[in-house]
Amino acid sequence: MTIDLSPEKVYPLVSALLFAGVAGVTLLGALVAAASRRLVYSVSGLALSFVGLAGLYLYLQSPFLALMQILIYIGAVCIVIMFAIMLADVVEEKSARSRALPAAIAAFLVAAMLAFALIALIGRTAWMPKAVRVNAGAVQDIGRALLTRFGFAFELISVVLLLAILGALVVARTGRGNNRE
Amino acid sequence: MTEGMLMNLVRLLLYLVGMIGFAAFNAAYLTLLERKQASWMQLRRGPTEVGPWGLLQPVADGVKLMSKQLLLPRDVDVPLFLLGPIMVVVPPILCLVTIPFSETVVARNYNLGLLMIFAFGAVSTFALMLAGLASANKFSSIAAARIVAQNIAYEIPLLVIVLSLVMTTHTFNLHTIVAQQAGGFWHWNLLKLGANPLMPVAFLIYFICLLAESNRAPFDMVEAESELVAGVFTEYSGMGFGLFFIAEYVNIVVGCCLATILFLGGWHCPFGLLPGLHWFLIKMYALCVMVVWVRWSFPRTQFYGLLNLSWKYLIPLALANLLLTAVMLKLF
Repeated sequence: MTIDLSPEKVYPLVSALLFAGVAGVTLLGALVAAASRRLVYSVSGLALSFVGLAGLYLYLQSPFLALMQILIYIGAVCIVIMFAIMLADVVEEKSARSRALPAAIAAFLVAAMLAFALIALIGRTAWMPKAVRVNAGAVQDIGRALLTRFGFAFELISVVLLLAILGALVVARTGRGNNRE
Repeated sequence: MTEGMLMNLVRLLLYLVGMIGFAAFNAAYLTLLERKQASWMQLRRGPTEVGPWGLLQPVADGVKLMSKQLLLPRDVDVPLFLLGPIMVVVPPILCLVTIPFSETVVARNYNLGLLMIFAFGAVSTFALMLAGLASANKFSSIAAARIVAQNIAYEIPLLVIVLSLVMTTHTFNLHTIVAQQAGGFWHWNLLKLGANPLMPVAFLIYFICLLAESNRAPFDMVEAESELVAGVFTEYSGMGFGLFFIAEYVNIVVGCCLATILFLGGWHCPFGLLPGLHWFLIKMYALCVMVVWVRWSFPRTQFYGLLNLSWKYLIPLALANLLLTAVMLKLF
């Protein structure tokens, strides 16, 4: 028996395996983030999920987005969340007791509705055809799009971030008002 | 499988082995350099017993580290505790893959190489923090908290400086960045005053950030032997401890490689003669010696001094540099 290793046979298989791998990592990370009792594990799971997401971007031929995903979401977001956990000194495990039944049912319903809506959306969207050309100028394209077509959203987000920083400063400087003499 | 694919695979494997070897060699012999240089500066003799001039000392150290037992203290978070050192050491080694050591010696000439190095550097920081948290030790936790503040503070000026450099080079590809600096030393980015008169200042900021990002003295808040025992590494023994040191030295090497590429013309000769791998290595190791030199010359800063330096001086300077670059780009 000979194994056919021509590129036409191998590439789709490798591609499918790769996709299964990165999607699996994303889901696994998300599961760990949602299911674990310890916050440190949750953040680690989140980080794993972000790595998987970066893999998905890479799979979709957007290496720039993939690297940005790692740089920003792991390098900044996860680290800051971890920092917050450390500062907040959460009493772990014990506080995360299983929820009451009504709350669990409500949570399940909300999650189910969200999942249904997303799946319905995926089903109804008219997907664009597969990109024919590998986009070499992704950085330039993203930059141009951010500063022209999405300029307004871009500026709004910076205003939101600025407000968040100012708010954090105010809270840090004066406190929330309670437990002060 | 076609011939070309096979060749590619073999080439990739060889590079992988080479990179790991290069990383391990550097980690081993930079410790020796560190000890020797420290002893020269302090009028001591340093390691002399093992091999001629103590040249085999790193080998002895390696054997010692590997033969030690890996201790798991009672309260540690075992999976994260074990994962920590591995995740700290892998990203900097991966970074080496995209670094062009010479015109031809480059494992993967990647279009976004510069960005990749910073992305993986971020993973390393996250892992260091995870290791500190998993150790269930006060010193480790304090060190982990310091890592965050320090790395976030120094990543900003670092990225802004690199951004202004990318604006003048128009590319993230490290190979192309070096190729643009062909010719004598006056073509190097360090002296490209036409693009930005503050280029030497940018290099200085980069170098300070490099020290801080690789957690080197005078910014070694992560380890800080005299106040935090060994910081994040306190609970680790044997090779677990060793991996952190390998990571530290590989980080220095990657940082110095990047400085060489971004500012000092990579593999090009300062006088336009005989460009090649040797020039890259000379520049890179000269910078490594500088890093060690700084460590043994300056005492550790206070933590607030460290943060003040970044937020009050380096970030505004870096932003001014960015602005100036943009203005120069528009005007000329």
